[in-house]
Amino acid sequence: MVSYIWAFFIIIGAGFMIATGNIELLNNEILKGGTGGIKLLTEMLPLLVLWTGIMQIAEDSNLLEKFSKLVRPLLSKLFPSLPKNHPALGYIASNIAANALGLGSAATPFGLKAMECLQEDNPKKDTATEAMVTFLILNTGGVTIIPTTVIAMRMMYGSANPTEIIITSLLATLCSNVSGLIFDYIKRRKK
Amino acid sequence: MTNISNFIVPAFVLFIIIYGVKKKVNIYDSFLVGAKEGLVTTFRIAPAVIGMVFAINLFLSSHFLEYIFSFFTPLLQAFDIPISVLPMAMVRPISGTASLAIMNNIFEMYGPDSFVGRLASNLQGCTDTTIYVLALYFGSIKVTKTRHALPAGLFADSVGIIAAFLITFLFFG
Repeated sequence: MVSYIWAFFIIIGAGFMIATGNIELLNNEILKGGTGGIKLLTEMLPLLVLWTGIMQIAEDSNLLEKFSKLVRPLLSKLFPSLPKNHPALGYIASNIAANALGLGSAATPFGLKAMECLQEDNPKKDTATEAMVTFLILNTGGVTIIPTTVIAMRMMYGSANPTEIIITSLLATLCSNVSGLIFDYIKRRKK
Repeated sequence: MTNISNFIVPAFVLFIIIYGVKKKVNIYDSFLVGAKEGLVTTFRIAPAVIGMVFAINLFLSSHFLEYIFSFFTPLLQAFDIPISVLPMAMVRPISGTASLAIMNNIFEMYGPDSFVGRLASNLQGCTDTTIYVLALYFGSIKVTKTRHALPAGLFADSVGIIAAFLITFLFFG
């Protein structure tokens, strides 16, 4: 599926640039195309290394397990295919919590670790499991309680009330998430 | 509110470290084990990140989306929706930095407390970059058959975007 998206972006993008006579821009994009990803990776690398290190401490001191026990009742309803003590649940919970607090960059290491844990029990390594799909939907929906970046930018541009959008964007993100989960639920029931 | 959120990360880190010391875990060794794993993860996701960012940037800089929007302009004007937010809504599931850049422009032109500014704020908050997250997370574990993850994610995005429009009209319209 990702292959098609990737091909779509490149074919439409390159095709449209050729059609509109932007060959120079296209050449530039292709020749310098790797730098964008490298830049993002260099921004992610220190965060990933630091957070996985700190989370390892939480794991070794059984703090992560305690935390996942706390959220287990809720999560086991969303992930019925996972056993109640699955190690991925702690990371899934941490990922959702970090996203909810608007700490997007801290959420990524937890999310990657959760996928890794889920992949260990996956019988068909190239196919997503039910739990993976549900987790992805929760993650791409991104329930954000405090949208820190948006608030910071509103402050920067001198908003009289930078936080007035917290409630409204929370409502919007809830609509998005609930509809994603309903879609997932219906698809799973059909099987 | 932002003051409180400033304390979240430090409190979280301190709590984990103090808890580790209290439980007599060899915390520095634990940290090194985890950090090494993070380094390995970064290298494992590198091809997916580089490949996807390349394709996304190529697509965005072709201005194909702007071309598509030009067809919708009369419709939008009929409903009194500012044209500037449409590219943002379309870009939101593809790239977080691109939609943030558009939001930045909107704030600069109309101010954050204008109707468009509030709408842009809600659009940014209503969902996450579905396509990027999907490519990154599945790419990191080499899953290629993603089942209904993409349609579900895009469906959720569309609902979120429509909800952001309606809610902004209701609360600030």
